This record gives sequence, structure tokens and C-alpha cells, in this order.
Amino acid sequence: MKYLHLIWAALLRRKARTVFTILSVLTAFLLFGLLDTVRTAFNNVGGNVSGADRLVTVSKISFTMALPMSLNTRIQAVPGVAAVSYANWFGGQYQDGRDFFPSQAVAKNFFDLYPEWQMPAAQRKAFRDTRTGAVVGENLAKRMGWKIGDKIPLQATIFPQKGGSNTWVFDLVGIYHVSNPEQRGNENNFWFNYDYFDEARQFGQGSVGRYAIKLTDPKQATAVEQAIDALSADSDHETKTETEQAFTAALVGQFADIGLIVGSIMGAVFFTLVLLTGNTMAQAVRERIPELAVLKTIGFSRRSVLTLVLAEAVLLLAIGASIGLFLAGIAAAAVQTQIGTQLVLPPVGATEWLRGLALAAVIGIIVGFLPARRGMRLRIVDALSGR
Amino acid sequence: MRTLVEIRNLSKVYSRGQQKLEVLHHIDLDIGASDFVALMGPSGSGKTTLLNLIGGLDSPTDGTIAVGGEHIERLGEDALAKWRAANVGFVFQFYNLLPMLTARRNVELPLLLTRLSAAERRRKAAIALELVSLTERAEHKPSELSGGQQQRVAIARAIVSDPQLLVCDEPTGDLDRQSAVEVLTLMQDLNRDHGKTIVMVTHDPKAAEFAHRTLHLDKGTLVDSPEQSAA
Repeated sequence: MKYLHLIWAALLRRKARTVFTILSVLTAFLLFGLLDTVRTAFNNVGGNVSGADRLVTVSKISFTMALPMSLNTRIQAVPGVAAVSYANWFGGQYQDGRDFFPSQAVAKNFFDLYPEWQMPAAQRKAFRDTRTGAVVGENLAKRMGWKIGDKIPLQATIFPQKGGSNTWVFDLVGIYHVSNPEQRGNENNFWFNYDYFDEARQFGQGSVGRYAIKLTDPKQATAVEQAIDALSADSDHETKTETEQAFTAALVGQFADIGLIVGSIMGAVFFTLVLLTGNTMAQAVRERIPELAVLKTIGFSRRSVLTLVLAEAVLLLAIGASIGLFLAGIAAAAVQTQIGTQLVLPPVGATEWLRGLALAAVIGIIVGFLPARRGMRLRIVDALSGR
Repeated sequence: MRTLVEIRNLSKVYSRGQQKLEVLHHIDLDIGASDFVALMGPSGSGKTTLLNLIGGLDSPTDGTIAVGGEHIERLGEDALAKWRAANVGFVFQFYNLLPMLTARRNVELPLLLTRLSAAERRRKAAIALELVSLTERAEHKPSELSGGQQQRVAIARAIVSDPQLLVCDEPTGDLDRQSAVEVLTLMQDLNRDHGKTIVMVTHDPKAAEFAHRTLHLDKGTLVDSPEQSAA
């Protein structure tokens, strides 16, 4: 710590250069913080720990292909299955359709499989008892200004009613809350009664999009998956059963490999940052060769000079990274406001800070090493005489 | 007078590619404790090289240098750095202060290498600045000081860790006459009142008059007088 004023003085020697370098570092770490939250958000989509005891069964060909309702009782009979429910994608539009949210028809017992979605018992019962009943997440209700008792019309994009109408009207009977902030994206869903949907739709009766299965023991997942898929083997509706996390992660993975995209962008950003700050440090040390020679003259060791220059580079990076990560937290909150709950961006927390600062330290050491080695190796008599 | 610096058969050869340049030839020299020696000679005579060798900034090609009984030609780079920190103060022609630090912080620099507390470092720096009559300029940066004041700060930095030996390379070379006299008088006081041994390189015969004795170097060899070097 007693050398801190020396390091600080070196950084302030050319204030404009230091400020611009810090600006470039903070921009890189702002991007890092922001993109890392996006990557984490996408990872979290498939990472619901409370869903470890749930499986999803869809068509082996494509999750858009329907499965027969007859599978319901057969799956229920598989050893290790505690409960079975089902759902069908509806894809309705509300008003002009600009504010999209997922809408699905689900079985009456669907919410029994999701105890982590908190909803008063009376509302759960109302969903079971109301033919046109619908349940939404708290965020969606807030976003749309809905309350219990509202009638909500959705325009069908796939399933018209038997009479030809595309307008489906639902009664909002329940609003649920998800306490885990990382899973709050689930509050963006619109669920309604499958029985009403199946009776009224023009085609596709007796089929469902997917089955949701609750296990008696998560350790039996693999065996149960195989047993369920064996039910439809060699049929025209072969199935693929996997854990809910794997299913959701695969679903997200169909959009893009977020990890690869984020990694590629950050790789390019940090490569540029290394070149930029490396050049700045080299220039800064070159200008200070006589001063470093004075330090060595009065007794600073080679290692002390090496450490001083490395510390200067690391401090420069750490300042820029800290400001960048702080701003990333603010930016993530602002982005969250813009995108609503479609994707829940986790806050830039301790993990991102630790990772970011460790990265800053590593980059600092990389960019500071060559100039520091030059300072360490300088010959005093040459440096003092300007050679 | 006890001998502080004992130089025997000292030679220094610089290599530039294939070419060898012998700058000092078989120098023998004794400098007593509390002596004040001026080193004079034409440019390229080896004055600064000899001074650097005495101060432990460079290593001889041949011969020995013992300072206070320590054979510094045997020390490695880090050991030499430690030795310099404890035993030698340096004063340069162009002051070589760190421009971003105040006078006090500059003077404190050698004390950073000690185990002294911040308060103790501050106290010692204040004493050194008082010795060079710059107490009131302690919080000024070098750019806010005159050349003479900067050189006095450099002298304060050189003496703050209380070394026995001061090596000064043209300490008045960048100063006007009045500032030069002030600096030389200060050095004389340090020599007389505090017993510092001073070895000073200078081109200025008037500066050399402040020393107890003047040594003349010519073509890397000590000569008895400037006339001899001219001959």
C-alpha cells in the first residue's frame, strides 16, 4: 500500500490518455457484464432446479407434432410416474399482437405439477371449475393491467373455433407468483383450460402438444424416460422424453448458441482491449524510463520495478472494469424494463464481479508484462544518459 | 582520516559490437571518510563512469572498489540496489525528481525501501527539507520550483536515509551562478557539519573550489594536474 501513491502518480501523469484508456476498458467490461447476464438468463431458462423431478414428453419427430391423448393413461401407469398433465401450444394474439406472450391450453391438474408457482387455493379450484378459465403470471397481469374476473379475448393464429371464429374469450380466474427471480420469466405465460380448447377447436381433437410428468423419484428419471418412450416405439407417434431442463435448454438452443455468440463477441472485444491497453502501457513506460532509472538508482530492486509497472496496469484495468460492471448493472436493469419478462436478466452479482475483476487482473498482467520487464531490465547508466 | 572508498586497478571497458572502448585504465584511488572530492576532466575522460562505479550504478570490467570495507564489485544487481539504498545518496545534473510527486513525496522515496511508518517517513522528509531550507515548499511539485530549489530537493532526497557517501554528477551544471553557489554551500555544510563524504563530478573550476581536493581524469587515467592532462 505504501507504493500506491507512486502507482497513482504514474497513472495521472497523462490524464487524458488514462481517461481514454479507462473509457475503452469500461466499455469492454460494460459489454462483458451485459452479455454475461444475457448468457446466464438463457442458461437459467433451462436451469430450473425445482423442475428436476419433472419430465417432458414430445413427438420424436418435432415438438410441434401432436401426440394422442390416449398416451395420458398409459404414461400414468409407468412405474415411477407420480402425476401426468398435458399442454398444447395455442399461440394466440392479444389486441394488435405487438405485445407477445406465450399462450397454452393445459389440463386441469397442470398447476399441481408446479407447486413453486404460488397461487391461492381458491384460484386453483376456480381454474379447475371454470370451463373458460385462464391463469396468468403476475408480471403478465401487471403488464396488461389485468385483474381477476376480467374477460380476455385472444385471436387464434393456428386454431380457429368450430364456427370459424378466431376469437377466443377467456375468464381470468387465477394469477400466480414465482418467488425465484431467476425463474420469473414463467410469469409471462397465459394458461387456459384444455377441455374448453379441445371441445371448441376446429381440428385436432384428442391430441396434445406435450405431456408433463412428475416423478416419484428424480433419480429414476432415465429409467422412466426410456419406459415412456417404449410405449410408442415403432408407432406413428414415437416420443422423446427428457427432463424439463434438457427440453427447455434444447428449445432455447434452437434459436442460437448464446454461449458461442457471447464468447465470440467478448473474445473480439478483449483481444482489441489487450492490443489497445498494451500499446498504452508500453508508451507510458517508455516515457518514464528515466524515472524508473531513478527509482533503481536509489535502491528499488528489479522485482519492485516489475511489480510497480504490473500494479499500474492492473489498477488501470480494475478501475475501468469496476466502472464498466457497475454500469452493466444499471444497463441490465434498463434493458429488463424494455424487454419486460420475456427473458429475465439476472442482476450483475458477485459472480460477475469476481469473474470480471479476475479477467481485468489477467489482462492487466498480460498488457503490463512486457513494459514491466523492460523497466525491470533497464540499465541505470544507459537510461539516465538517455541511451 | 579513515579511508571510505578504496579503488584498486579499476578498469572499465565498453563493447560496441566488435569494438572495445576502454574508458578507465587501472585506476587506484583512496577517498577518506568526510572527504569532499571534485572530479574534473575533459568530456569523455571517464569522470561520470568513475562516479557511477563508486556509486554502484555500474560494474567494473576489472579491479576492485571497496566502500566502507564492502567490495561492491562482487555484488549482484539486487544486492547492489540494497547497498545503494543504505549507503549512497545521488544528485544529478538535471535533478531527476519524479514530476507527479510533491517535494516531500520525492524526498520520501528512499524511505519507502525501509520499514519506517508513514508518519516516521514524513518526519524524516520534513527534517531533510528543513536542512535544505525548503520546508515551506514541501507540498509543491517540481514544476512549481526553480532549478536551484529542485536541486535542493534532490539533495534532501539524497541525504534523507542518512548515507555516508554522496555522489553528485554535475550538480550545478544546470544552475545559474547564484543557485550554484547556494547548492555548493549546502553540500559544503553537509560535508563539514554532517560528515558526509562527497564525490562530485564538475566541469566548473569554481565549483571544484568548494571541494577539499580536486582529481583530474584524462583519457581514463588519473593525472596530477590539468596541465599534465593538457600535455
